Order: sequence, then C-alpha cells, then structure tokens
Amino acid sequence: MSDYTKEFLAMSKAYEASGGDPASLSDGRIAGLMVSHRRILRSNDAPGVRIEGEETPTGVKAKITVDPGVHVERPVHLCFGVLPKEGTQEIVSEFLVGEGAKASFLAHCVFPNAVKVRHVMDARIHVGKHASLEYSETHYHGEEGGVEVLPTARITIGEGGSYRSLFKLVQGAAGELRIDYEADIGKDALCELDARVYGKRNDAIRIKESLFLNGEKSRGLAKSRIVASDHCTSEVVGEAVGNAPGARGHVDCVEIVRGKDARVSAVPRLLVTDDRAKLTHEAAIGSVDKKQVETLMARGLTEEESVDVVVRGILR
Amino acid sequence: MLDLVDVGLAVVGRQILHDINLHVLPGEIHAILGMNGTGKSTLASVIMGLSGFSPTSGKVVFQGEDITALSISGRAKRGITLAWQEPARFEGLTVGEYLELGRHGSPGGGPPPGECLLMVGLPPDRYLQRTVDATLSGGERKRVELASVLSMEPRLSILDEPDSGIDALSLNRILDAVRILARNGASVLLITHQNEIAASADRASSLCGGTILKTGDPLAIGRFFRNHCRECPHGSVPHGEVPLHE
Ligand SMILES: Nc1ncnc2c1ncn2[C@@H]1O[C@H](COP(=O)(O)OP(=O)(O)OP(=O)(O)O)[C@@H](O)[C@H]1O
Ligand SMILES: [Mg+2]
Repeated sequence: MSDYTKEFLAMSKAYEASGGDPASLSDGRIAGLMVSHRRILRSNDAPGVRIEGEETPTGVKAKITVDPGVHVERPVHLCFGVLPKEGTQEIVSEFLVGEGAKASFLAHCVFPNAVKVRHVMDARIHVGKHASLEYSETHYHGEEGGVEVLPTARITIGEGGSYRSLFKLVQGAAGELRIDYEADIGKDALCELDARVYGKRNDAIRIKESLFLNGEKSRGLAKSRIVASDHCTSEVVGEAVGNAPGARGHVDCVEIVRGKDARVSAVPRLLVTDDRAKLTHEAAIGSVDKKQVETLMARGLTEEESVDVVVRGILR
Repeated sequence: MLDLVDVGLAVVGRQILHDINLHVLPGEIHAILGMNGTGKSTLASVIMGLSGFSPTSGKVVFQGEDITALSISGRAKRGITLAWQEPARFEGLTVGEYLELGRHGSPGGGPPPGECLLMVGLPPDRYLQRTVDATLSGGERKRVELASVLSMEPRLSILDEPDSGIDALSLNRILDAVRILARNGASVLLITHQNEIAASADRASSLCGGTILKTGDPLAIGRFFRNHCRECPHGSVPHGEVPLHE
C-alpha cells in the first residue's frame, strides 16, 4: 500500500469516528477537500463548486467558490486532520458564496492521537446577496488533551443573505480552544453562530462570538452551550452591536458546571448605536436546571442519569 | 394506595401546608379542587419528594411503606410520577426519546411512544421527532407530559392541572387518558380548578388555606367549592388558619 493510500485510509477512519460517512470522501459527485497535516489528499469540484487548494510550509491555503445562483445539492465535505502525535496545521481559507447561491458545508477536524497538536483555522467567509451558507464543524480529538485549536472567522453577509454555523467539540478532550468569530451582517441578512463544547480535565475554552448588525433589519444570534467538568475553565463572550434601524440581535449562553473544580464565566456585551435597533441576552451558568433533573428522576432515572440526559441534549 | 398523615410544610418560616390528611384508594381518580395559591402544586411536590418540599411534619405512606425520606427516583421506581403544572423544557431531546425514558422507568415496559401520543390526541408522525423545547406550544407540552406519564404505567399518577392550557375540544381526550391511568387498580391524583373535570373523578377533596377541608363525592365537593371557597377571603393568602366554611 502506498503512503498516500495509508494516510487516506487512516484519515477516513478518524473521519468516520467523528461521525462522518467515509463513502462521501471518495464520492465523485461530492465536492470536498481533505487535508492531512500539510498535505492535500483530496480536492474535488462539483458543478458550481470550485476548490483551489495549495500546500504551504505550515499547512494549506484554500479558496472555495460557489458560483452565483447555484444550489449545491450535496453538502461540501471538508476534512482536516493531524494523525501524528505532534504537529502544527494552519489552514488559511476563503469561502465565496455567490449571489443567490445556496450551499452547506460539513467540516470534520480530526486529531485522534494528539499529544501536542496545534490547529489554526483562519477563514474569511463572504456570503453574497440573497445567498445562504450553512457551515457545520465537528471536532474529534483524542483523550490526551494535547490539542490547541484556534478557529478564527471573519464573516460578511450581503443583503438578504444568511449564514448559520455550528461548531461542535464534544468527543475527546477539547484541549485549549479559542474560537473567535466576527460577522458583519448586511441589510435583511441573518447570522447564527452556535458553539457546543464539552470540556474535561484541564481543558481551557475561550469563545468569542461577535455580531455586527450593520444593515437595516439585520438579525443575529450568538449561541453557546458549554459543559465544563473536572478542572476545565470556560469563558464565553457573546457580543452584539446594533448599528442599524430594525436590527435585532440575541446572545444566548448556557454553561453547565459539573463538579466543584470547573470554572465558567459568561460575558454578554451589547452595544446599540441606533435607537431603532434591539438587542437581548440570556445566560444560565452553573448547575444543571433542577426542574429538568427532577422531571427525569420522576420518570425513574437516577440523578446522575438525569444530568447526563440534560447535558447530552444541550450539546447535541 | 397513598396516605398523607398530618402533613405540614413550612417554607422559609411560612406555613404553606398543614394538617393534611389525605387517603387515595387503589384504582380511584381522586380530584383535588382549590383556588390559586391554596397549595395544590405544593402538595404534589411533597408527594413526589421534590427538593425543598420535605414535610416539616407528618408522613407520606405509599402502599404501606413510609416514603417520607425517599428520593424522587426511589418514589418513581415504586410507581409514583408527576405531570408538572408547567412542565420543563429540554433542548436536544425529542418527544420520542422523552417518552422512551418514561417507558424504561416502568417495571412492565409501558406502551410505546406513538401509542401514548395517540392517547393524548397528538399524531405521532407529527410529534415524535419534535424537540421537547420552547418550540412546543404550552398545550402541546402539557399533552406530551401526560403522554410521558402514560408511558410509565404508574401506580400513582399525580396530574397537576392536566386540563389547563388544553382547548375545550380536546378535554374529553385528556379525561380518557386519565381513565386509562386509573386502570388495573392504579390511582390518579387529579389537581384541577374545574368542577367539570373534577366531576369525572371517583372522589374529590377540597384544599383551602393549605389544608384539606372536605373529602367526598366530587359533585358535592364541587358544589361546596363553588358555593364557599370561591368567596373564601383566605384562598390565596394562606396563613395557617383554616377558614371555617361550614
Ligand atoms: N418557595 C416558596 N416560598 C414562599 N412561598 C411559596 C413558595 N412556594 C409556594 N409558595 C406559596 O405557597 C402557596 C401555594 O402555592 P402553590 O403553587 O402550591 O399553589 P396552587 O394551589 O398550586 O396554585 P395555582 O392554582 O395557582 O397553581 C402560594 O401562596 C405560593 O405563593
Ligand atoms: Mg399549582
């Protein structure tokens, strides 16, 4: 078996463990990009979707374009991983979704053996007028906790466009995670940022989601769901800035602490510069909701089982 | 089935329930009638053993066993469950999964989720995959709660106003479900404000000022409730004094 095949199979295996369907990685009808450490293992276009990837000394540079008006039928599959115990991977990417186009992306980031892995994701995302993009990113880390994950995204959404993202890191140790998302939301446009993380042991989670509601009647939601156990620390900053008439923004943060040594904090930051904008926030941090737990206990579950059901639900 | 003996509960120095003596017989639907703030939900919480609701006096006996100190799960395992007046919402839990949880809690492995939904008048194909979160309407959530109780096949169902938030056309459906819960010798404690609902019970008790004033035929208790309690000056302000109605 060639090196390439071995690596492809190993990546496919990790991809499958993270919940991906490995068949989609070799399906010619599905656009996709697979990067193992600094090597591009697969890059495949589909009608209306172009993927230009380039290997760099530290990782990969990628430009992904969805042509105007194209409705991409099958989700575009992205897979980034580092299989060895150590290594740095920097992905510099640009996503261009043309006017009126519609696409969804499924990204899997896999670091199954990480002891000292650093993964940097630097994304520029442009969603055109009346275009829509759904971006879901699922992480699969080993149990060692030696991962440093730094996803940064600068998002611009044109008039009437929509962008929805879901970041999920609930399998394996989160390690050190620093999310920094910032969206510039245009007229009548919509942005939803959603992050769900399960932190254990010494994981350190920092999340910053910022919504700049710059267009008239723009709407935004910055949502986060964190469960922190053991000695995990978590800090969530949800920010919304209402700069235009009719803009609506909401920051929604739930952080659940399990055990006496975890520390969580939530900082909502709301700023209105136009008196016709409206921003709201809600945060619930601390123990699991008592009524939820008691409801499940009244159905015969133990307290521990009830907490598990609640926690699994919010991270789903 | 269930016996409350001289039960009292004080919360932060305030007496909310006192001298409660209530006996729910096997196989009976026992209605509890009372105005807002008289202690109905508090009574339900005491029987279910919710935290913050252990009686400050008296005892709760279920099928001959003193369960006053038993945990919620312990009571559920013995066949007691509660449908909350304002049921909790859950993110990421589907109606189907929620009902399955109740079913596993049943010693006999109760009816499957789809069947329970039909019993409360919700079409399974439209509801099994819904999430038990804020996207369910108030009435839908109440019905799902009742379905979840049905899935447990409990020995004692405590239903806290199963009729509130339910449209008039569906009330008979809910009453049918209550009757199903009282099959095979199981009992139902049916908390309500409505005489019409209480009328479907075998017996009723009227709760006022934190204690039970009268137990008997539901129509008679309903009349008593209508003629006396409705004007009760203490109804919503219980101070531990039982107003004398008779
Ligand atoms: N934790 C508490 N602290 C202080 N007072 C309480 C507490 N819980 C309930 N109460 C009071 O106890 C009384 C009984 O409340 P409960 O909820 O049992 O009434 P209820 O009969 O169920 O009313 P409703 O018909 O409105 O549902 C009320 O006056 C309420 O304000
Ligand atoms: Mg009540």
